[in-house]
Amino acid sequence: MSPILLAEQVLNGLQSGVMLFLMAAGLTLIFGVMGLINLAHGSLYMIGAFAAAAVAGATGSFALALVAALAAAAAAGALIELLVIRRLYARDHLDQVLATFALILILSEGTRWLFGSFPLYLNMPAGLSGTVTLPGGIVYPVYRLALIAVGIAVALGLWWLNARTRLGIRIRAGENDREMIAALGVDISKLYTLVFAIGAALAGLAGALVGAIQSVQVGMGEPVLILAFVVIVIGGIGSIKGALIGALLVGLTDTLGGVLLPELFKLFTDPASAAATGSAFASMAIYVLMAGVLIWRPTGLFGART
Amino acid sequence: MSMKTLLAAASLVAMAASAQAEVKIGMITTLSGGGASLGIDTRDGFMLAMEAAGRDDVEVIIEDDQRKPDVAVQLADKMIQSEKVDILTGIVWSNLAMAVVPAATAQGKFYLSTNAAPAQLAGRGCNPNYFSVSYQNDNLHEAAGAYAKSEGYTNPFIMAPNYPAGQDSLNGFKRFYGGELAGEVYTKLGQTDYAAEIAQIRASGADSIFFFLPGGMGISFLKQYADSGVDLPVMGPAFSFDQAILQAVGEAAMGVKNGSNWSKDLDNAANAAFVSGFEETYGRLPSLYAAYGYDTANLLLSALDVAEPSDAEAFRAALKAAEFDSVRGEFSFDTNQHPIQDIYIREVIKEGEVYTNKIVATAIEDRSSAYVDECSMN
Repeated sequence: MSPILLAEQVLNGLQSGVMLFLMAAGLTLIFGVMGLINLAHGSLYMIGAFAAAAVAGATGSFALALVAALAAAAAAGALIELLVIRRLYARDHLDQVLATFALILILSEGTRWLFGSFPLYLNMPAGLSGTVTLPGGIVYPVYRLALIAVGIAVALGLWWLNARTRLGIRIRAGENDREMIAALGVDISKLYTLVFAIGAALAGLAGALVGAIQSVQVGMGEPVLILAFVVIVIGGIGSIKGALIGALLVGLTDTLGGVLLPELFKLFTDPASAAATGSAFASMAIYVLMAGVLIWRPTGLFGART
Repeated sequence: MSMKTLLAAASLVAMAASAQAEVKIGMITTLSGGGASLGIDTRDGFMLAMEAAGRDDVEVIIEDDQRKPDVAVQLADKMIQSEKVDILTGIVWSNLAMAVVPAATAQGKFYLSTNAAPAQLAGRGCNPNYFSVSYQNDNLHEAAGAYAKSEGYTNPFIMAPNYPAGQDSLNGFKRFYGGELAGEVYTKLGQTDYAAEIAQIRASGADSIFFFLPGGMGISFLKQYADSGVDLPVMGPAFSFDQAILQAVGEAAMGVKNGSNWSKDLDNAANAAFVSGFEETYGRLPSLYAAYGYDTANLLLSALDVAEPSDAEAFRAALKAAEFDSVRGEFSFDTNQHPIQDIYIREVIKEGEVYTNKIVATAIEDRSSAYVDECSMN
């Protein structure tokens, strides 16, 4: 395998990692602050993609589509928090899992009812289509570079929000001691709604951005949700830094595993069976990574909880 | 309870029993999740023929397998044991078919495949109660392989998901292509990002691409491929370019060649009636999944005219005779009860605002399946 191909695959891994981060950041934020397991996070990703496809179809503008995705997912998130999630904070995790699983079914079938079962058309803006030649001769799609840039910008923005703003202080305080922050006069329920909406908006943004290069269809969120859970388990539950590192690790392992393992098996066997066995092992790679990290650090890389 | 109400109740029960269908068909197909458009087309095509026949002695029970093998198995058990169906049909995915079909036929039920037809069930695992109305999995890929050879491609890159139909796909392509390959890759089933594979294609020096990625997988790949700057001729089986995929991919699919045993422009009366009937009833163009569903229902109806499923021997013979007007034109069953049919090459075109396919060549005439000799039935 040539160095250029390897470098290109590393970029692909980074790109899938930063998109995963958008999902995982919201999930870990919600879990960290509210102690809530939100299985419906994948549905918010889907809502973002569908809102973007609908608005892009109606107006032809990708920028408006992104705004619509953010707004729709944040609004759906806030509504879900107010109507359903709010009743679950005091319950145990099993009740939360059941209720949010029900939300997946309701939101999926609701979307199917509104938009039908057939995949929607959503394409990237013309300005970001095509490829660019990077130093070293790597030909790479502009849109994927833009995705990496957006991911990094969101990571920086979240860091700034968390470390430098009053909201960030409250979020961190809420993670540590929710009774105390309530006693200090912070409206904890408003804070929860806000955090949930932020998490939802990030998922919606990821859905819209990824929807432009994938298939916008009902149920698109669940495979990503599973990966996002792997990410936050690796990174440590509740840690945004952990979510970033975990997402990049999972993205790189997934991409490079899928490419390198079949190559490895080609040393021992014929190409057809190497391709089949290699890809079978590659789909296990991230779970092996997760198991390895958990053995080494049972609370994840940056997890504080015990 | 007085005698009167008892009698009334009894007569009600008797009435219900007499109104009950004589033949029960269980359709297990994918109606939710990522593969839903395939199952919905299968169901709609099947029901179009059923409703046109207007037989009130046939009842169709439709259930959603969610593309999960365990769900499909539970549904099949329920349909066989408590609903007492005579015939099962409808499964889209080969891994689900492998989980359901052998068990159903072992219990003496008929299974008519509207789509999935894995190699295992066409060769050594063939069964007198199992009919594939669609094809054998390898067929459409074989057509693409034959096309690649006739076009003089010498270095194609081939790719399919890692599951039974994916393996059948690449085997089928290689069987009729028979030359050197630039690369051979198995992707994950349900994979949505193909950046890594596209990078491999770019680096491989391939002169063409063959891929089999049904449903949402195909949409994702084609969109990403169109934007990758790689510009090689693309071919595949019709599954990668079905009606639902084309609308979501748009311009990126134009000109792509694909192997199919059905196309909406196939020139025969049954097909013309099917295409216009489907469009009228459902307001969209039919896909090949709908065509298979429609043919399966018509085959079933033609056999029911001759015999009851309770008389298995006669019913099997009636199915095997295939006395129905297939939308694919000439149609007959080989000894392993898989079709013998022509397989074509289609090209993706735009008709007004709608992307669709038209036939450009016949790839293989009277194609049966590669595994027919391994089947012990004859």
